[in-house]
Amino acid sequence: MTINVSEIRAQFPILQREVRPGVPLVYLDSTATAQKPLAVIAAMDDFYRRSNANIHRGVHTLAEESTALYEDARAKIAGFLHAASPRQVIYTRNTTESINLVAYSWARATLKAGDLVILTEMEHHSNLVPWQILQAERGIRLEFVPVTENGLLDLEVYRQLLAQSPKLVAFTHMSNVLGTINPAAEMIRLAHQAGAVTLLDGAQSVPHFAVDVQALDVDFLAFSAHKMVGPTGIGVLYGKRELLEAMPPFLGGGDMIREVHLRSFKPNALPYKFEAGTPAIAEAVGFGAAVDYLTGIGMEAIAAHEHAITEYALERLEEIPGVKVFGPEASHKGGVAAFTLDCAHPHDVAQILDQDGVAVRAGHHCAQPLHEKFNIPATTRASFYLYSTKDEVDKLVDGIYKVKQYFG
Amino acid sequence: MDDLYREVIIEHYKNPAYKGHLDPHDYAFEDSNPLCGDHIEITLRVDGNGNVAEAAFDGHGCAISQASADLLIESIIGKPVEDIKSFNRQHVLDLLGIELGPVRLKCALLSLKVLKGGLYGLGDTLEEA
Repeated sequence: MTINVSEIRAQFPILQREVRPGVPLVYLDSTATAQKPLAVIAAMDDFYRRSNANIHRGVHTLAEESTALYEDARAKIAGFLHAASPRQVIYTRNTTESINLVAYSWARATLKAGDLVILTEMEHHSNLVPWQILQAERGIRLEFVPVTENGLLDLEVYRQLLAQSPKLVAFTHMSNVLGTINPAAEMIRLAHQAGAVTLLDGAQSVPHFAVDVQALDVDFLAFSAHKMVGPTGIGVLYGKRELLEAMPPFLGGGDMIREVHLRSFKPNALPYKFEAGTPAIAEAVGFGAAVDYLTGIGMEAIAAHEHAITEYALERLEEIPGVKVFGPEASHKGGVAAFTLDCAHPHDVAQILDQDGVAVRAGHHCAQPLHEKFNIPATTRASFYLYSTKDEVDKLVDGIYKVKQYFG
Repeated sequence: MDDLYREVIIEHYKNPAYKGHLDPHDYAFEDSNPLCGDHIEITLRVDGNGNVAEAAFDGHGCAISQASADLLIESIIGKPVEDIKSFNRQHVLDLLGIELGPVRLKCALLSLKVLKGGLYGLGDTLEEA
């Protein structure tokens, strides 16, 4: 299964641009946000040109069209995840809001002082801070599955923590720094055996390989459109129906209600119970187009391409003296290479790479505890997607040698 | 852009002249740039005339933040504390001799922020004395 990368690149207008005259863009920051294909840009453009209207209430033609487009996108996303029903797909702003929805609605209705929530040391801040807030407010207990030296979760400690009867296990499917792909199916099975509900942060997994919520048997899955070639401002919380049905509403307002009186309201049915106010309609349409685009290419083919690029990148990076790449070997890893260079600070590395149009990220990538664990203030991170090429990896490597010239 | 890594900056980054920690000191202050983790601590001693007698910085971070700290320390030695209080961003940019975008400006100005934050504290102590 292969993909035609030059055909794919032709679909992404931004990849044709030069960062400055004569310097083409080498975009290696897709883990932060992915670039957008024409299909997504055109779908949103077309929506605003032809169909724009508020959804659900209007009876005029445009309102019906926009409602249909908004709901079609939901059905596409449900299909993409192999969800049993589109009602289980709740639109949010992003992964962060999806996790907060679980923390504010399910967790506040369920967790009591002393209840245990298991997280891991490789979580993004978005899957740490909501639980720290709840810990301060409710007195829940947080425990963390440690990360081993080679960037994997210590599943032995995980099993020991599960013996303490956790109420929730919330973890990332794929680390945005180490690239580690965690054994989600096995971890969820063990969590269920221990009686815990599971929440999977799919921000980095759903865009990059096939995720089947029913095969995983996951209770909640959170992810964002913008990391999967869709627009910013929209994400999804998938949940098991019985959990979502039992949960109290999160944000109150229009659209999330069945009826409202001066002193009371009845909440709407799923998924609208959790979608208060006018949502990101054009973004939902773009999200649907993104799902169509990725499906058209095939998630297996995308994953295989990224794997090949990642293997090549790790090989090339590791041959540079002074470079240390964090995380497991390519077989356990998605398309992320976070590294340090002994002679230069990540900010300086990123800045010098930018001279040659190479866009990478420098910092702690919203995973400060993970960097503290490895005793480094920051890393430089290159990340890959379906449009990344070996030639771009070569430009990254050339750039790092240039940094060494400055600082070595 | 190449100017950003002028030889003088790389030189002050790799071989800073004023890196260290003065003990005892009349004044110590530190701060971080939470975005990138750059960290600067400045310690200094003041003589009887209110001039900076000795100064040093410690910390870690990118070349811009560390080189600007070294250059800034160099520029304050022997100067009256009262004069240093009026140092502004242009002073640091003149020392570096480069133009900076908004992101890297934070790196360059961290040491000035630390210095001024501390000096205003020191000013109060001197008045009490």
